[in-house]
Amino acid sequence: MRSDATWGLKLAALGGLLFLHLPILLIFLYAFTTEERSYAFPPPGYTTQWFGVAWNRADIWPPLWLSLRVAAISTLMAMILGTLAAAAMARARFFGRDQISLLILLPIALPGVITGMSLRSAFGIMDIPFSTWTIVLGHATFCIVIVYNNAIARMRRLSGGIMEASADLGANSFQTFRHVLLPNLGSALLAGGMLAFALSFDEVIVTTFTAGQQSTLPIWMLNELVRPRQRPVTNVVAILVFAATFVPILIAYYLTRGGSETAGMGK
Amino acid sequence: MTAPAILPARGAADRLTGTFWRRPRLLLVLLITPPLLWLGVVYLGSLFALLLQSFYSIDEFSGVVKEEFTLKTYGELFRAQNLDIIVRTVVMATAVTLACAILAFPIAYYAARYARGPWKAAFYLGVMLPLWSSYLVKVYAWKLILAKEGILGWAAAGTHTSWIIDGILSIPGLEGSSLSTSPFGTFLVFVYIWLPYMILPMQAALERVPNSMLEASADLGATRSQTFRTVILPLALPGVIAGSIFTFSLTLGDYIIPQIVGDSSRFIGLTVYQLQGTAGNTPLAAAFAVVPILIMLVYLTLAKRAGAFDAL
Repeated sequence: MRSDATWGLKLAALGGLLFLHLPILLIFLYAFTTEERSYAFPPPGYTTQWFGVAWNRADIWPPLWLSLRVAAISTLMAMILGTLAAAAMARARFFGRDQISLLILLPIALPGVITGMSLRSAFGIMDIPFSTWTIVLGHATFCIVIVYNNAIARMRRLSGGIMEASADLGANSFQTFRHVLLPNLGSALLAGGMLAFALSFDEVIVTTFTAGQQSTLPIWMLNELVRPRQRPVTNVVAILVFAATFVPILIAYYLTRGGSETAGMGK
Repeated sequence: MTAPAILPARGAADRLTGTFWRRPRLLLVLLITPPLLWLGVVYLGSLFALLLQSFYSIDEFSGVVKEEFTLKTYGELFRAQNLDIIVRTVVMATAVTLACAILAFPIAYYAARYARGPWKAAFYLGVMLPLWSSYLVKVYAWKLILAKEGILGWAAAGTHTSWIIDGILSIPGLEGSSLSTSPFGTFLVFVYIWLPYMILPMQAALERVPNSMLEASADLGATRSQTFRTVILPLALPGVIAGSIFTFSLTLGDYIIPQIVGDSSRFIGLTVYQLQGTAGNTPLAAAFAVVPILIMLVYLTLAKRAGAFDAL
């Protein structure tokens, strides 16, 4: 029964896809508007001045650096921890395995507000002052699962035979890791890292609980949304944030496409 | 001369390899310990701190947290205003989940059963990119769309359909000066943001429905709609439930969207945020944060019974 889709279904499916994409385009449009007090559509005029204005706004740069730093450190930690977990879980069967996989999944399965509030409670009870590291603690935790998912999917696809072949040819565990496992795993890890970076760079819900008075770029944006100053500048920053998440995701997709483990299926 | 069957160890790395070979559990333990320690200490530790905090209470006069066990804070959840918040959040999460399921179905169905080749990739990317792209940027985009002077109002005025928006805004409970200050706006944004989370598991479930079953159904004389109702829908249901776990849970905890779009009525997430921040009532904030956990536990138990986890 492989008949063609009805027009109604085609329209609904395409309409759904457009619904998912068109709103984002507006962000780009409004970055060029000459109207800075309202969201009047269509924009009364167009200008590129806001990019210059954003560049010269001193309050944007520190949050940008903080976000980049947090995302970089969290991604690195998540890549190490996620890969280790995936290596342990890929083939072995042991007691408590299901519980561990649930534990890895939990930080993104439960709403962010719970992770955030939990960390906030822990910092409160242990009198830990807010710092870059309190933000990293939260971010690395929910990024582990992203790297883990990518790594374990690739490990499952790898045939165990190549590791045995490597051992038969006289390589020790470390040589096998360096020359056999890592080259096969590389693109999946890179894809996981990219997704983790995108997730961390953009994260706002957990961050508001773990940042204290610090401001990451998403927190800066949130403040602008609640109390707008120059609205088009917010759009310029939004474009930057969008690009900083969009590009890594595309790269992750191209690194892993074609396999059953295409990156991004589980967020 | 033949080489010996067992090569002599060339160094510490080789000897370690031998140890790993003889005792595979040792390698396993070495691998799993760092991530387990991290998640156990940082994450489970924090969850425990959350629970602990929720059993503390706040001194009403001094505003200082009293660190002794009490159920008083949980009792406060049952005040009328707090129950209101919980009910409002659950109703919103249910509505959003239903709307997502309805909107997601055609996309998932088309992508799973009809899209081939480049279209398949286009559909995949078309769902994945909005899923991953910046959450805040997407919310902001809807602020632009729903604003009174924004594109939706402009399009409605241009097509003389403003009465639809005005009609929605005059429904009791959905009032607002524009969609961006109406609970209906909040609902729309929730649906938009969480829609991809519903599409992906649904599509995965639909892709697993074997063609032979549809052929059998047709051979046995079922019409398209009968096949749809009695074969496709029941088989897709675990995927729908899996997706609903995400949409439901994410709506329960979100506090950014109601803050930016809507009539600033309070939801669980927003309440937690305000209680721990400006109000400084961390125990009550913690107790509120436990509510979505409990709701999700019930939800997950029901979902597990419906076989949703095979579709994850």
